[in-house]
Amino acid sequence: MKIHEYQAKEILRKYGVATPRGYPCFSVDEAVAAAKKLGGKVWVVKAQIHAGGRGKGGGVKLAKSLDEVKQFAGQVLGMQLKTHQTGPEGQKVRRLLLEEGADIRKELYLGMVVDRGSQRVALMASSEGGMDIEEVAARTPEKIHRLVITDPFRGLADTDAEDIARKIGVPQKSLAQARDCLKALYQAFDDTDAALAEINPLIVTGDGKVLALDAKMDFDDNALFRHPEIVALRDLDEEDAAEVEASKYDLNYIQLDGNIGCLVNGAGLAMATMDIIKLYGGNPANFLDVGGGASAEKVTEAFKIMLKNPKLKAILVNIFGGIMKCDVIAQGVVAAAREVRLAVPLVVRLEGTNVDLGKKILAASGLPIISGNNMADAAKKVVAAATVK
Amino acid sequence: MSILINKNTRVMTQGITGKTGQFHTRMGKEYANGKNCYVAGVTPKKGGQSYEGIPIFETVKEAKEKTGANVSVIYVPPPYAAAAIDEAVAAGLDLVICITEGIPVRDMIRTQFRMRGKNTLLVGPNCPGVITPDEIKIGIMPGHIHKKGPVGVVSRSGTLTYEAVGQLMEVGLGQSSCVGIGGDPVNGLKHVDVLKMFNDDPQTEAVVMVGEIGGTNEEEAARWIRANMKKPVVGFIAGVTAPAGKRMGHAGAIISGGKGTAAEKLAVMEECGIKTTKNPAEMGKLLKSVLK
Repeated sequence: MKIHEYQAKEILRKYGVATPRGYPCFSVDEAVAAAKKLGGKVWVVKAQIHAGGRGKGGGVKLAKSLDEVKQFAGQVLGMQLKTHQTGPEGQKVRRLLLEEGADIRKELYLGMVVDRGSQRVALMASSEGGMDIEEVAARTPEKIHRLVITDPFRGLADTDAEDIARKIGVPQKSLAQARDCLKALYQAFDDTDAALAEINPLIVTGDGKVLALDAKMDFDDNALFRHPEIVALRDLDEEDAAEVEASKYDLNYIQLDGNIGCLVNGAGLAMATMDIIKLYGGNPANFLDVGGGASAEKVTEAFKIMLKNPKLKAILVNIFGGIMKCDVIAQGVVAAAREVRLAVPLVVRLEGTNVDLGKKILAASGLPIISGNNMADAAKKVVAAATVK
Repeated sequence: MSILINKNTRVMTQGITGKTGQFHTRMGKEYANGKNCYVAGVTPKKGGQSYEGIPIFETVKEAKEKTGANVSVIYVPPPYAAAAIDEAVAAGLDLVICITEGIPVRDMIRTQFRMRGKNTLLVGPNCPGVITPDEIKIGIMPGHIHKKGPVGVVSRSGTLTYEAVGQLMEVGLGQSSCVGIGGDPVNGLKHVDVLKMFNDDPQTEAVVMVGEIGGTNEEEAARWIRANMKKPVVGFIAGVTAPAGKRMGHAGAIISGGKGTAAEKLAVMEECGIKTTKNPAEMGKLLKSVLK
């Protein structure tokens, strides 16, 4: 689960990471009031959306007067902000962060992720802050320093934190601050069950202060049950409506660009089903894993969600029944097709437990269901069905 | 022969009083030699009870001492599952198979840290389990689609493993053992660990390796295969069409920072002499083609 920059900064501040002072704002008036409250002569108006690349997309503006604060807040609030992470349609800006300006002397990078190679949390730090870290990694990999937190109980040691801070070019007089910042970042990461935490840039100011100018956090969905305080930060406006709807029914749904809907049990098979559709010249409209215990109701909801996609031309149901019995799925498919008055071609491939019974139910339903004998056959048939007309 | 488990394995179910634990313990007991294999259950505060004739104990240690069970399978709910692994490791079991899906990564990192230097092997979490056809089934896979034979199967996914098995059966090939290593980012045995076992197993003549996007497990396995594997391996990677940055069902199935793409994995596998297919419907045929 992702959160906004201002929320991430609030969390990090609790752990002792210093940030510029600022306030979240939901209107132009609030932004102007926040600027007055902060005082000073320079403010930063920052669009709050979950996607990165906001600056390049025009979502971050430097205001040098209250009039400019008003003007920029008006421009950014409500804009359709397009970045490399939002997709071509962009994301509507509904919240701002109004911050005091900072005197930037140095821009650094700090990131923390669960590293699968070491099976531990790993810290990444670089002297090249304020840029896309993937670009830095590609162009100058020697400028990225990695440190694996080997012992999760001991955490990040003072000496390691200081060593990393030195390596990325923190000046001597700011070292202690940077060390504490690194340790605080790890503590926040660990305590909140984060999956990713990033400060880019971490800056050193003219007077030697170490500040998080930006912050990003993403959390382990599996751990949200023990973090109601994090769940409270969820912003549904930032999430895909269909995906949110699907999650209510415990369905794993991800919208894609194509026109062939897929309903599959199991994540691996669901991905493989998308792949085979593509291989036979079609385009999957979604990833959809109905999980191990799909009921008729769940299948019906899954159909409804897929059918909300205006591009949808055909549906492929691909089930390898293990615990999930094919007859139960067949009943669900028939009930769903009837309830939603299915108007697009439906190809069903069933295999595994009670497969014959399942096929009988489909055949007896009188619905125009196209039967796929195996995965390849089903994929070919659904691609053909989607391309007709 | 087989790997990890066989008809002489004695298994306990951790979380035997839950619905899932009960159902799959019954299915396991009904499969092949299962009635002799499933000897104990563990649920705190339910010690002294029994389920279908299987005695239930308070702790893993007690279950091991009283029944000789050396393997456990875990169906404990996610908030408590890592602690259940810890308990099994502390009791010195040979193998722990954790089926539970949705364990926080933070818990698994700590559990894995505690496992350092211990002899207990872990399969999973978030996996279908392990089956040695016609001998023993530990996990949630449908037993009836399998048959004893020469092919080893290792996979990160559940139903995609069944798909591979189904295709093998279509071309008349049974399996030595099938191991689902699970779809989580921090887990127990990796592809390479299971491949080493298949390499040493006389019954196994060839291996199907099924991977998916995310991480670099498959690449590491491929490099090991090139240097050490004496038997043919064929591979498929799910997620060629998966968009970057999206978690595809499994917590570990995500392309992040441009890393872990299917194309990258397939390229390394091919480079290491592994025959791969981009068509998930041709895993069985491909394997058949490499068996003499």
